[in-house]
Amino acid sequence: MTGPEVIDPKFQYVLRLADDQLILGQRLGEWCGHAPTLEEDLALANIGLDLLGQSRSLFTYAGEIEGKSKGTGKIRSEDDLAFLRHERDYCNALLVEQPNGDFAVTIVRQFLHAAFMTPYWSAMTASADETLAAIAAKSVKELEYHLRHCSEWMIRLGDGTAESHRRTQDALEGLWGYVSEFFEMDEVSNAMLTVGVGLDHAALRTEWDVTVNAVLERATLTRPADDWTQSGGRRGLHSEHMGHILSELQYMQRAYPGMNW
Amino acid sequence: MTEKNTPLWEVFIRARNGLSHKHAGSLHAVDSEMALQAARDVYTRRGEGQSVWVVRSGDIVASDPGDKESLFEPTGSKIYRHPTFYDIPDDVGHM
Repeated sequence: MTGPEVIDPKFQYVLRLADDQLILGQRLGEWCGHAPTLEEDLALANIGLDLLGQSRSLFTYAGEIEGKSKGTGKIRSEDDLAFLRHERDYCNALLVEQPNGDFAVTIVRQFLHAAFMTPYWSAMTASADETLAAIAAKSVKELEYHLRHCSEWMIRLGDGTAESHRRTQDALEGLWGYVSEFFEMDEVSNAMLTVGVGLDHAALRTEWDVTVNAVLERATLTRPADDWTQSGGRRGLHSEHMGHILSELQYMQRAYPGMNW
Repeated sequence: MTEKNTPLWEVFIRARNGLSHKHAGSLHAVDSEMALQAARDVYTRRGEGQSVWVVRSGDIVASDPGDKESLFEPTGSKIYRHPTFYDIPDDVGHM
């Protein structure tokens, strides 16, 4: 099976959202017990749990959309979608699958994500799709906290010691190329924009730039050049990291099919 | 991480239905904003609160347990300081 089968473009659209939060939540889970401080161990876990919670609602809804559009009556559950797809059927953005690296990399990755998802969810509270609007209303409060937490860390790391500044700048340079994917539009997102369900992702770039530039300035960090970019996650074309993430994520469900806790 | 750069803070939380902030514990943070966030992350995971105070532990002045006798024992036998000798009319209700 190569590439996601496009049924109702809304299925694809919701799946992208769900996969973003699932994979980023999974990445944050890797910090459990390993964060630099006890307080941050909890903070990262809380953020990860927020994202996993969002992904659950989104996967459940995606399964319903798919089931309805196929008309077979069979609906894939949130677990089916989260744990049992093949790599090329995941359509998360490349940014969220990048490795945790050091604390600076994790914070930069989360900051870039939160700076996008906060205005995204805020605007989605007005989506023509009631379920997505409801998920958005709940999620925007969580994202506001993620953005606040990460912004404050960016400032303390950037305007911190020489080492923390260097690590944060390096993290920015390393992750910057993956940012553009959040703002890409294609047939799926255009179809959703047309019916008022989704947003113009490209138009969100303006606010994202304002938010990010303001924090980078306070953090005495240099905005990387907008040159090299990489995308493909939305089409199921992932970096090498994805296979390793899935082998951990899917192990239990594949080793013990149909298991229950 | 040294105590100088990441001091200890005491956390007080007011519950949803409560009137006063209660001591919930302590944590380390570099400054007040991060202390507030850490308090939210560490001590309000289960919906415990609607308001959080953080105070540098070093700013708290506490009474010396050794002074307990002179500070607090004399008041134990001064019943005239308690407003318990009034007859409260029924229609005033609970005071």
